[in-house]
Amino acid sequence: MDVRIENLTKRYGAQLAVDRISFEIRSGEIVGFLGPNGAGKTTTMKMLTQYLPPDDGRIWYGKTSGADTSIRRSIGYLPEHNPLYEDMPVIDYLGFMAALQGVATSGIPDRIREMVRLCGLDVEKHKKIGELSKGYRQRVGLAQAIIHNPDILILDEPTTGLDPNQIVEIRELIRKLGKEKTVILSTHILPEVEATCDRILIINKGRIVADGSVAELRAQSEGRQWLQLRIDCDPDKDVIAILSSLPTVEGARWLNGPNGSIELQSKPGMSSNRAVFQACVDNGLVLLEMIPGETKLEDIFRDLTLN
Amino acid sequence: MRAAVLIIARKELSGLFDSLTAYILIIAFLGFSGFFTWISGSDIFLRKEADLAVFFGVSQWTLFFFIPAITMKMIAEENKSGTIELLLTKAITPRQVIMGKFLACLSLIAITLAFTASYYVTVSQLGNMDHGATLSGYLGLLLLSAAYISIGLLASSLTNNQIIAFLLALLMGVFFHFLFDMMAYGSRGVIAGLLSSLSASRHFDSLSRGVIDSKDLLFFISLSVAGLYLAEGFLAKRAK
Repeated sequence: MDVRIENLTKRYGAQLAVDRISFEIRSGEIVGFLGPNGAGKTTTMKMLTQYLPPDDGRIWYGKTSGADTSIRRSIGYLPEHNPLYEDMPVIDYLGFMAALQGVATSGIPDRIREMVRLCGLDVEKHKKIGELSKGYRQRVGLAQAIIHNPDILILDEPTTGLDPNQIVEIRELIRKLGKEKTVILSTHILPEVEATCDRILIINKGRIVADGSVAELRAQSEGRQWLQLRIDCDPDKDVIAILSSLPTVEGARWLNGPNGSIELQSKPGMSSNRAVFQACVDNGLVLLEMIPGETKLEDIFRDLTLN
Repeated sequence: MRAAVLIIARKELSGLFDSLTAYILIIAFLGFSGFFTWISGSDIFLRKEADLAVFFGVSQWTLFFFIPAITMKMIAEENKSGTIELLLTKAITPRQVIMGKFLACLSLIAITLAFTASYYVTVSQLGNMDHGATLSGYLGLLLLSAAYISIGLLASSLTNNQIIAFLLALLMGVFFHFLFDMMAYGSRGVIAGLLSSLSASRHFDSLSRGVIDSKDLLFFISLSVAGLYLAEGFLAKRAK
């Protein structure tokens, strides 16, 4: 089911939390929602799940829009901080959530079994939720979100508190689910977006500042060439000055102190490969390494959200 | 619509039994009411009347204190832990959440009162019992409980803190339980009439004497509805 947002706006008092954002997410797409703390990610997600009513704008779920509560059956939601009923055993909890989401009573045991298998809860399924470790609680939260097989999945920071192995597992699970569902996930962890998402939305101060695949965003971000160099030379020669004086070079600096690697940025649209090589020959420097670098997602993120 | 209420009611009721709250409540209630009905003070043997008047008198006080202890966590806890967000993003309304919780609390009280059926049977063997009055007394206890549960849910919907919810419920309850009645003694005319018509214990007394008056029924029902309606409003408002 496609989700389309038009001019969504939310105010908290005088503060504009979400400012006229619009985007569309197609079925089978995994969208990563990025942004600094307080940018409006969680507020947008709460509006998508109908927990918060928007002050302005509309949300379309497929062909329906507005405050029709029955659409919530098609939404699976993992809220921020993953609230759970600590006193309930895992199985009872999943059964309760399935019943609330309108899963037929006869189908509930099967769905619980399926979730226990899918989310790896078998060892812990008879424990109370309050006794579980953070990783297992997160899995229970995820199981709760998908138990009714929703078309739309909204996950607010799904991998917080998981260890690296669990993160990989959960990412695989999300990728698998994302093949046929519409998935929106928010996160602070940038590699996570690269690993899981087809598309990235970066939001800052309530507005969308970037929208596209990781590759598209890279291309957009000015297209400057980065080189990582290692040069063997006499200590009395100022390598940085030599490199910086090249006409194609914007700037160069030591990466980890003198005699380590050098990071070099070319001027927009220019390549410094040949110039660097020629400069080394002319000055009697030995070029040990020249590695083309790409703009990192972190840099794009910083560029877009720091001003 | 009805299904969601029942799903929530069942979950809350089994939560009360799983957490031992229900057992403690039942044991304590039977202990208090049993002690004062059969053993202490102006008990049944002293009164030499085959009725449950003593039991009804004790019960309305026991319930007054016990009900806020059941209701205090019902919504405050959901607000505090954030689970309310889970509930309200499902295809259910705040009204269904409130009604489910109300139903669970009332069922627990009904189960507790069912245990006192042994009192009823015993006393009816001791003499010539007015069955109508006794049954209407039980009806009164249920109605009184419904009113106090809705006040308790209202208090719980106002705060994240269970203790505050408990005290707030007692504070609101105490007016209906005896303050309005006391104030009615100190005033006269229309105000006295108004205050005494707001006194839950007065309405309960006439029911426990076997007088089923539509005024009394209307009082308890409207107090319950008002409390639940406000609780629903606060629950829906917190979600914004």
